[in-house]
Amino acid sequence: MRLSIDHRTVYAFTAPQGRIVQLLRMTPSDTHDQTVADWQIAVDCDSRMTQHRDGFGNATTMLYCEGAIERIELIVSGEVVTSSSDGVLRGVTECLPPRFFLRTTPATAANQAIMSFASEVSSGRDLAALRRLNTAVRERFADDCGRPEAGRTAAEAFVLDALTPRDMAHVFIAAARAAGAPARYVTGYCDLTGDHRPTPHGWAEAHIDDLGWVAFDPWLGRSPEEHHVRVAIALDAGGASPVAGSRLGDGVERLEVDVTVQGDD
Amino acid sequence: MGTWAFDEILGTDGASRPELANLVDWLADTPPDELRRRQEAAESTFRQLGITFAVYGDNDASERIIPFDIVPRVFLADEWARLSEGLIQRVEAINAFLDDIYGAQEILKAGVLPEDLIFLNPQFRPEVVGIRPPHGIWAHICGIDLVRTGPDQFFVLEDNARTPSGVSYMLENREAMVRLCPELFGQLRVAAVDSYPDRLLETMRSVAPRGCGQNPTCVVLTPGHYNSAYYEHSFLADSMGIELVEAADLVVDNDAVYMRTIAGRVKVDVIYRRVDDDFLDPLVFRPDSMLGVPGLIAAYAAGNVAIINAPGNGIADDKAIYSYMPEIVRFYSGKEAKLPNVETWRCREPEALRYTLDNLDQLVVKLVDGSGGYGMLVGPTASNGEIEKFRQVLEAEPHRYIAQPTLALSTVPTLVESGVAPRHVDFRPFVLSGAKGVQVVPGGLTRVALREGSLVVNSSQGGGTKDSFVLLDEGMKQTQTMGPDGMTQEQSL
Repeated sequence: MRLSIDHRTVYAFTAPQGRIVQLLRMTPSDTHDQTVADWQIAVDCDSRMTQHRDGFGNATTMLYCEGAIERIELIVSGEVVTSSSDGVLRGVTECLPPRFFLRTTPATAANQAIMSFASEVSSGRDLAALRRLNTAVRERFADDCGRPEAGRTAAEAFVLDALTPRDMAHVFIAAARAAGAPARYVTGYCDLTGDHRPTPHGWAEAHIDDLGWVAFDPWLGRSPEEHHVRVAIALDAGGASPVAGSRLGDGVERLEVDVTVQGDD
Repeated sequence: MGTWAFDEILGTDGASRPELANLVDWLADTPPDELRRRQEAAESTFRQLGITFAVYGDNDASERIIPFDIVPRVFLADEWARLSEGLIQRVEAINAFLDDIYGAQEILKAGVLPEDLIFLNPQFRPEVVGIRPPHGIWAHICGIDLVRTGPDQFFVLEDNARTPSGVSYMLENREAMVRLCPELFGQLRVAAVDSYPDRLLETMRSVAPRGCGQNPTCVVLTPGHYNSAYYEHSFLADSMGIELVEAADLVVDNDAVYMRTIAGRVKVDVIYRRVDDDFLDPLVFRPDSMLGVPGLIAAYAAGNVAIINAPGNGIADDKAIYSYMPEIVRFYSGKEAKLPNVETWRCREPEALRYTLDNLDQLVVKLVDGSGGYGMLVGPTASNGEIEKFRQVLEAEPHRYIAQPTLALSTVPTLVESGVAPRHVDFRPFVLSGAKGVQVVPGGLTRVALREGSLVVNSSQGGGTKDSFVLLDEGMKQTQTMGPDGMTQEQSL
């Protein structure tokens, strides 16, 4: 499948900024089931960009802009050719061993409620158990199509009726780790989530003995197939967020994100 | 307590050590009032200089000076030579361990350490996995905390491989001693420590990234004047003749670090940072950090700047890792550790926890990730109430604690109210690792527990400091010259 991605991010400032430095996790890497045919990051102001790879193996871009900047727009566009593997990850260079992803973070810590939920829906950490968990997260919550609230933890999300993809993935990760399965957050794109989304898509990957890393998308209630483009991983959404930025200047910023993904068989 | 401890000057049985007869005579001949007068003169200088520290958890949060004791502690030349060998071996192993654990991880493949101890340890920083610092050196400055129980019985208590502090006391204490007790330096051949800033600068320059020329720009990065060690940051920058900067003085552009100056931007090649990892770069570590330099880790990963000590070092001096240091030394050097550890029970292990809970009144129990004497129990001096309270804390989170026996720490005569009396000491020597090898400065920070019988030397818990003399070998020559900046000592073979 060929997926076209158009991901625009605008930061508008109420006062001009002297400097902006951003770390972008916005570039997908090739895997066995994902070939990046074309990929570009464009910025609408004078800037310098350098390419890196972080400790998780994510391709990253450092963006340096000098002021006076009142508005900056990042346009990420590209085409990725995908194939289906039932969610099993193949051809990914791993920098960290699976056990590292048993680490918990404040955003993905399981509280008593999440642990009870996890043990009610499934016990164990094999493929069948994690699939049941994935389906159960899907069934428990309604969809929240808005922008995820920054800093919301899995425990805070768990008491709500409707969750964003990110919150659902956090709940899945917290429950999977509590069951002893290494789990991590993935940011990327998916053509099944509708046009003009306010953020890139987010899902989870869990490590299963004898099978390796397997992706689970609780928002869809199944494993990603050829509809997903995998961009960055981390212990939680904060660590994998597309932009980590800093600015030197007064005022407040307004953020607008528009993501459209189109699939073409 | 303390009666059976080894006294470094008077020996075990009160018969003074013959090599230190000069010092014993000096102690006997100088009346306590005179010692006190000199000690007060030194402390008054320290107060004027502003060598102060803030005590965390102190409500008035006033700045204090660390009490200074006028009676030095002394290492004989051969004792020091053996100690130095052990320190160099240990620091070489620490550097090899860090280079391995963020790289090929051979030590884990060999099964020497449990993987979870590394990967589930917050001190293991995924952010620096795959980054190799210039020349593969991670722990450029180590402050290895030692205790002593006999003439040649040294034990490592803690490896400080992050941003060890205290070296300014080594230098200031020596300056005070040379000024106030010049006669001692006539009677004892004491190795000079005043080359430390030059050696540190040389170490920094030696690990500058390739391609920055003969004269790399080095800076000291401080969190600012609210930090308890700010005096030391400014003192070191000053003595090395390099800039003291805060995060706001640095910018990263195109993966290179620059310092803002009135003459424009100057590229920075080596940063001696006294800022914790969490606050180095808000884009990579804590996003709320105001102390960090956005983009610093990208510049570091690109090989355009050296950071001293390297980010991620906390995994080497974590107290849970500490208990494996003998195995770590053996793995990388192929030899037994010359400096032993203090016996350690890891409370994460059920059997060790049971032993610890059964013997709380005998043991020192510490937080795996704590420092400064906070969150610890010293069993033999704690009340029953304190022990019971600690028992609950330990049972709730055993994985956070280790336990060690209370050692009979050596004592050194110390000026106290009633005159000169033995007080327990520990020792922090400073070990520098540069591109040209590892060296130990002949001296260090001696901390002394001023309360009778106390084994807690932390400055935040009522400890003081002493000068630490390392005596020169018979074959060494040393010259002392009195110049406009005070007395300087030089030695050569």
